[in-house]
Amino acid sequence: MSDINQQNDGPGCPILSEVDGERITLAYGEGGRLSRQLIGERILTRFANDQLNELGDAALLTSNTRRLAFSTDGYTVTPLFFPGGDIGKLAVFGTTNDLAVSGAIPRWLSLSLIIEEGLPWSVLDRVLDSIQHASAIANATIVTGDTKVVPYGAADKLFITTSGVGEVLEPAPPGARSLQPDDVLIVSGPIGSHGAAILCAREKFDFDPLPASDCASLSQPLISLYSAGLTPRAVRDATRGGVAAVLHEWADASGLTCVINESAIPVADCVRGICELLGLDPLHFANEGTFVLSTRPELVESTLDLLREHRATHQAAVIGWVKPRRNSPVLVVRGIGREVVLDEPSGAPLPRIC
Amino acid sequence: MKFVDDYRDPTRLKIQLAELRKLITRRWVIMDVCGGQTHGLLRHGLEQALEDVLDLVHGPGCPVCVTPAEAIDDAVELAKRPEVIMTSFGDMLRVPGRQGSLLQARARGSDIRIVYSPADAVQLAVKESEMQVVFFAVGFESTAPSTALAVLQARQLGLTNFSLLANHVRVEPAMRAVMQLPENRIQGMLAAGHVCTVTGFAHYSAFVDQFQVPVVVTGFEPMDLLAGLTRCVQLLESGEPQLFNEYSRSVRSEGNKHAQRLIEDVYCVATVPWRGFREIIDGGLVMRPELRDFDARNRFGLAASLLSSDGDCRSGDVMTGRIKPIECPLFGNTCTPDNPVGAPMVSSEGSCSAYYRYARPIEVRT
Repeated sequence: MSDINQQNDGPGCPILSEVDGERITLAYGEGGRLSRQLIGERILTRFANDQLNELGDAALLTSNTRRLAFSTDGYTVTPLFFPGGDIGKLAVFGTTNDLAVSGAIPRWLSLSLIIEEGLPWSVLDRVLDSIQHASAIANATIVTGDTKVVPYGAADKLFITTSGVGEVLEPAPPGARSLQPDDVLIVSGPIGSHGAAILCAREKFDFDPLPASDCASLSQPLISLYSAGLTPRAVRDATRGGVAAVLHEWADASGLTCVINESAIPVADCVRGICELLGLDPLHFANEGTFVLSTRPELVESTLDLLREHRATHQAAVIGWVKPRRNSPVLVVRGIGREVVLDEPSGAPLPRIC
Repeated sequence: MKFVDDYRDPTRLKIQLAELRKLITRRWVIMDVCGGQTHGLLRHGLEQALEDVLDLVHGPGCPVCVTPAEAIDDAVELAKRPEVIMTSFGDMLRVPGRQGSLLQARARGSDIRIVYSPADAVQLAVKESEMQVVFFAVGFESTAPSTALAVLQARQLGLTNFSLLANHVRVEPAMRAVMQLPENRIQGMLAAGHVCTVTGFAHYSAFVDQFQVPVVVTGFEPMDLLAGLTRCVQLLESGEPQLFNEYSRSVRSEGNKHAQRLIEDVYCVATVPWRGFREIIDGGLVMRPELRDFDARNRFGLAASLLSSDGDCRSGDVMTGRIKPIECPLFGNTCTPDNPVGAPMVSSEGSCSAYYRYARPIEVRT
């Protein structure tokens, strides 16, 4: 790159002026030599595999399972790096977790980058390193991809879209419609950490300790559940809208009521503290490595035992039960034992005034 | 989480609740003045646990709710100017004025930003020296010192691009206005603990003497709320309209002198419009004339606007304790947190929102 830099300092040449040793310029998205250079030097060096190396228009995949799971998600988080994670880790685990909660073993990923002109190469490299690390953990191979560079201001630094294909481990969880009264609701770990971490990073809140995102792969604990014959009736990773949104969706789909016990819900002290200060509820905060599952009462103990063997889910806990439809879709038992309606989140949580 | 858990211990709460119930011989009508108290009572199920023996009425102590639609219109109008960055607290952005909310204005391209402290808006003005940063200030005496400090900081920094669109209100005049309503039923009041932290509570002696109702300075955690209610019921049962401080870990009789001085340095008391009351005598704080350079109304030449009707929305009756939120014909039908008609449905501190979240009767799906 130093050669190019030296040439770039010289006057006149319109193509070379689009090359910058420090930052990505529009020229890298134009499909010519510089695009190939970006892919060759930064993508293939990290993600090389037989499929990707072909640089074909599509990856050709062979699967031994009858059913495949297919999911896609776009990642636009600000800031790109935050305690506990970054946009790259999020883009891998977000999609592989969606596959895993659907009953599939994540196998293949696509990776699409929309880069804002001017993004430092060092930032892109850090994100790509993180994607490489995360995809190894999730055991998913990046088999196809795309890069675009858009003019300054047309995107916020870096947007990533990943799509994923997974092989379904039969039987897959049948889903929320299959919930039955007296099913037990389990959460896989402390809730609200990702939402709190992003809020603090975005607003530069100086809490001590700062909350760290729970961003993690959930494939291993879930695959071990499915493999042990402990397939739950339903599993969802509690991303935007948090645990409250999942429970509302399940109550709607099943026509039943979810009742949870506030004192049983694991929440990190620093997350609770932030919620108390800002008048927010951790049940409404996003998670990126925490799921809710509903299972039959007789499977609860084995399910908890197995989840607690995995790092990402070692604080799994029973938080409530599915009940016949009551006066509200989701109820939370607080303090003196009263059941109080739990609101469905709407829009971003906005902090209270005082 | 010591300072939270200590005040939410279920065993202690149940004992306190049983003691309170034993004291009650009549269905007393007690108003919790502050929106934070309303939320505490409903969120922790205390109101539901007492509804058969006490009539709890929720007062006008939500600053977002009592801000007139016209003030929001002013903010939306100012935010349309290309040179203006409008800043405010998160809650305020959802409240609808007659031209929609600040959130809607942001979607139409206005530069509107949430800040967590007025001091952040001052910092923004330092950074964005080409822009005019306006802080849309609402809140009671508990919030006013922080906005006053922001103005004084801006003056010290010599900023010419920071101003305040101030709509601060005062809580005691609103309590007086409630007591003076012809159909008033309130027999006891829980005064707002956070406001008293700033203002102190000695001045409530005159209020108690005039209206002959007990006033109990009360906090916000479940144990605080039960302690306040218990004291209020004791005073009612013994026929002693007295002033009592049940939030002594935060509130002193004389209040926070430093914070009071900040308010006096920047604001003067004025009669202002309130949602639900038309106007309240001495119910607000306006910026002192000598600080007019930092007053957005002066800087941008905004005319004082007249109050318009709230239509079918009965938020005024809700905030004055004349009806409960569920008695409003719009509640839960055309007025929901997603599509709020009145401010008490918008603010997370508003009593309509509290009822919708925690105490809404919902049709049973069969």
